[in-house]
Amino acid sequence: MVNTVSIGQLTEEANYDRFMERIEAGEKIETEDWMPDEYRMTLIKLISMHGISEIMGALPEKEWVPKAPSLRRKLGIMAKVQDEMGHGQLLLRVAEDLMKPLGKTRENIIRDLLSGDLKFHNVFHMEAKTWGDAGLIGWLVDGAAIITQTNMLDASYGPYARALKRICAEEVFHAQHGEAIIMALAEGTDEQKAMIQDSINRWWEALLMFFGPGDASTTGTSKQDTTIKYKIRTKTNEELRQDFFTKYIPRVLSLGLTLPDETMHFDQDAGMWQYLQPDWSKFKQIIKNNGPKSKERLRLREISYTNNKWVIDALQN
Amino acid sequence: MTHTLVDALKDECYHNSAIELLFQLADDDFILSYRGSEWLGLAPHIEEDVAFSSISQDTMGHAAMFYQLLQDLGAGDADELAHVRSAGERKNAVLLEKVNGLGTYLAEPHYDWAFAVVRNYFYAQAKKIKIESLKNSSYQPLAEAAVKVSMELYYHLLHWKTWFTQLMDAGGEARTRMESAIKIVLDDLDGLFSLGNSGPELTKHSLIDSEDTLRAAWVNRMSPVFESVNFNIPEKFGMKNGNGRNGEHTVDLKSALDILGEVYNLDPAASW
Ligand SMILES: [Fe+2]
Ligand SMILES: [Fe+2]
Repeated sequence: MVNTVSIGQLTEEANYDRFMERIEAGEKIETEDWMPDEYRMTLIKLISMHGISEIMGALPEKEWVPKAPSLRRKLGIMAKVQDEMGHGQLLLRVAEDLMKPLGKTRENIIRDLLSGDLKFHNVFHMEAKTWGDAGLIGWLVDGAAIITQTNMLDASYGPYARALKRICAEEVFHAQHGEAIIMALAEGTDEQKAMIQDSINRWWEALLMFFGPGDASTTGTSKQDTTIKYKIRTKTNEELRQDFFTKYIPRVLSLGLTLPDETMHFDQDAGMWQYLQPDWSKFKQIIKNNGPKSKERLRLREISYTNNKWVIDALQN
Repeated sequence: MTHTLVDALKDECYHNSAIELLFQLADDDFILSYRGSEWLGLAPHIEEDVAFSSISQDTMGHAAMFYQLLQDLGAGDADELAHVRSAGERKNAVLLEKVNGLGTYLAEPHYDWAFAVVRNYFYAQAKKIKIESLKNSSYQPLAEAAVKVSMELYYHLLHWKTWFTQLMDAGGEARTRMESAIKIVLDDLDGLFSLGNSGPELTKHSLIDSEDTLRAAWVNRMSPVFESVNFNIPEKFGMKNGNGRNGEHTVDLKSALDILGEVYNLDPAASW
């Protein structure tokens, strides 16, 4: 007995070493390959959160699909929201494959979402009050998503890396779609200009939070060390946020817009943007489904789940 | 005799008929695409959400194409035609404006998937028949547009037919729900085939086949499907809530149009 256990442990250890060697060498891990539990669990959490965020992320924009102010914009936003659902579908499939050995399915993902065990991204708990917000989501939220997703394009888990490649290609169109809406408003009437300034003011804090806390000291936990160790991502949350500033602050300012943070500036010596931290206690509340729209959006998914139960039952017959 | 855009502009009577028909086609797709986009995020599963939103997007694309043809004929700016005209000016069939169920798309949307499947399937088939007829339309730009629409429509029809037969064959609660949805849809189905008061003119100009021909073709195509799911369709269809082709509409259309035009109408002169 004692012997078997120790052999088992040795094998486990050897497996682990072999696994780490593989990812250090830049090899891709596939679904059927051996992987440490921590790796599997980290991926399941990350990818199901990413997938469900794509789906929940369709909801704030959906509010603006019928209201889009021209036929062209209607078609554009419809295409975008459809893509987001498609991303959700693609990612949930990747997550499902990882969950299979645990005996779990998509049903678990949806139930965990409804029970609050599975979180969705903080930005999608926010209110999309105006058409300006619909434009800003495409421009800056998708812009931010491109930055975080590009950071994982070379993820050690092959199926995720491949899904991200497809997703990132589409995200570029989304950012262009958003930018086109914003440009039209920026070149438009005073009311239209005021509309985007108002959107930036209201969304700024959520955009800062988008990349997550700088380290565990702000929110208690942070998965970034684990994901970096396993080569799922390369850059830290703060590095990503800085990349976002570098890319977008000049663009925002060039449109004649202002940032709702007067202290924001690039510190040449530190080589970093200095900015006012968002209220991270608010962030914790938001991702616990206590954000401005958390309950309402979850309610939509819940309604879909219960109202269509007869359909799912009929399909399973 | 085929008419190009230039020919149509020279013949007032023909011109009016072409505009009349295009309004019917554009308004049908515009409003049904809206009803489809209200379902976004609420479909029975994520795969269906993706497929359904793709269909709604195609449908909006068709509406945009028809509004563009109207603009070419001098009926007005395409966006204005889509976003500003009041309910009384709309020519869509009443069946297509009907709400998806209780609640709104923003709050407590208790939508009925059976109704969605039946309405979309019956419409896709009716549209397919019209589009086949329009391929031979005397108005050349419309005949060309029909070819484009036809290709996408093939998939829509296949999609809804699959849902229809699957749920009809499932028995139990699904069958009951489907049968009540069919009843509701049949009550206003005739509105899809109606060409309105100017119907005879449209047919006289060989813009499209007559109502009777369109209806008969629909029955002809659908009969084997109904038979395969053991369902008897009545001999006559209704137009219980009015004939949309003549501007008769329900309150459902008014509230939909308020939403569809909400941002546009903040400043119709602005560029969005
Ligand atoms: Fe996405
Ligand atoms: Fe996106």
